[in-house]
Amino acid sequence: MLSMTNISKKFGDLEVLKDISINVDQGKVIVVIGPSGSGKTTLLRCLNVLEQPERGEVSIDDQTIDFSQKVTKPEIRELRKQTGMVFQNYNLFPHLTVIQNIMEGPVTVQKVDKAEAREVAIRLLEKVGLGDKADVYPYQLSGGQQQRVGIARAMAIDPKVMLFDEPTSALDPELIGEVLQVMKDLAQEGMTMVVVTHEMSFAKDVADEVVFMDGGYIVERGSPTEVFENPQQDRTKRFLNLLQH
Amino acid sequence: MAKMYLLNNIFLNAADLQTLQDSFLPLMRGVLYYTVPLTLISFFIGLLLAVITALFRISGVKLLSGIARVYVSIIRGTPLLVQLFIVFYGLGNLGIEFLKFDPFVGALIALSLNTGAYASEIIRASILSIDKGQWEAAESIGMSYLQSLKRVILPQATRVSIPPLSNSFIGLVKETSLASTILVAEMFRKAQEIVATTYQPLLIYMEVAAIYWVICFILSLIQDQIEARLNRYVK
Repeated sequence: MLSMTNISKKFGDLEVLKDISINVDQGKVIVVIGPSGSGKTTLLRCLNVLEQPERGEVSIDDQTIDFSQKVTKPEIRELRKQTGMVFQNYNLFPHLTVIQNIMEGPVTVQKVDKAEAREVAIRLLEKVGLGDKADVYPYQLSGGQQQRVGIARAMAIDPKVMLFDEPTSALDPELIGEVLQVMKDLAQEGMTMVVVTHEMSFAKDVADEVVFMDGGYIVERGSPTEVFENPQQDRTKRFLNLLQH
Repeated sequence: MAKMYLLNNIFLNAADLQTLQDSFLPLMRGVLYYTVPLTLISFFIGLLLAVITALFRISGVKLLSGIARVYVSIIRGTPLLVQLFIVFYGLGNLGIEFLKFDPFVGALIALSLNTGAYASEIIRASILSIDKGQWEAAESIGMSYLQSLKRVILPQATRVSIPPLSNSFIGLVKETSLASTILVAEMFRKAQEIVATTYQPLLIYMEVAAIYWVICFILSLIQDQIEARLNRYVK
């Protein structure tokens, strides 16, 4: 359903992704872990072409983009409509109220009728537990609440895949749980998800597959039990050990 | 003796008050018929030019950003007075009917071009001040460049640009006085005409200064209102 084949990406001379391939089946949750600078965020950003790789292919359902060819903007936009992105710093639109944030994609991009978009937005807000916050501005919310709005905004375009870029890294510890809970609910409902995170407990509980990246390579991948309980590679062991201290 | 003379000239006598009263209406006519329209229209056109120029500048297309740079450089590098003279006397002297402007139109052209160049730098800085994450969030929900600009970036850039744009606007009110040099009958030219018949330069020019100040004061009150409204979504 979602796949990334032989993706390579450079920033200047620095090769941050080296021939990466992953495959996510419908309804599966894949969690990408690894030290900072390992390329995991870049991998995620290549999936909706916020970064454009030099080589390789990304496909979602029946749409494939081959980056060794010239890629057009409409192609990229088409791909983005199938993916919902949740950012580390939420990136909510500060000049719009919560509900306007969520309605923006459906109304402006997908030309959905406003009343209809509003209904969907309200349903999504209730789902992330913020039914009473529709008409406030983002600055009036806590970080955890803002991130839940971020999730609702991404869900509003009815994506086939949800991408999470370290969604809890900017949060105070006591606010992390509420965001992870929303993500767990989504996973249980069968949402296909790619999650970059440092929350190992989330990876253990929710992931169908864990991918460990380092230095632009996928070092190890497998079920959470395989990767966490019985890692095969030294680098994975070192990384997991560091986390325990 | 000299002291007496000075005092007589500073304190207003009945004749002075009469002069003030007589000159007020002609001066206000200059304000309403010329100063205000000149300011509003050239600011509006200037702002359009400024947005286009700013977008050219940040487009990443060499030709477009080159055009924008040259325009801004020429306008910022030459005095407004010289620009007014070139547009009105210079072009008017070419013998081409189309380029013989009415004084008001000539002033409009020069003031719009001038405002456009300065304001384009304000707009450009305001756009660049918006966090890159806002572009990414807009793109991530499928927006095109123009949609992102219109729905996400420009509304936020507007808030940032209001204080410096207000500066430009208030500056423009006063710069319209330069149009007096190309025969536009705005307030300052009116004042010069009145002085020519009353021989009261201090009185009349002080009156003119006071009227400019009142206009600018009112404008700064309006600026406060706009800022308060646009600040509703920030802490």
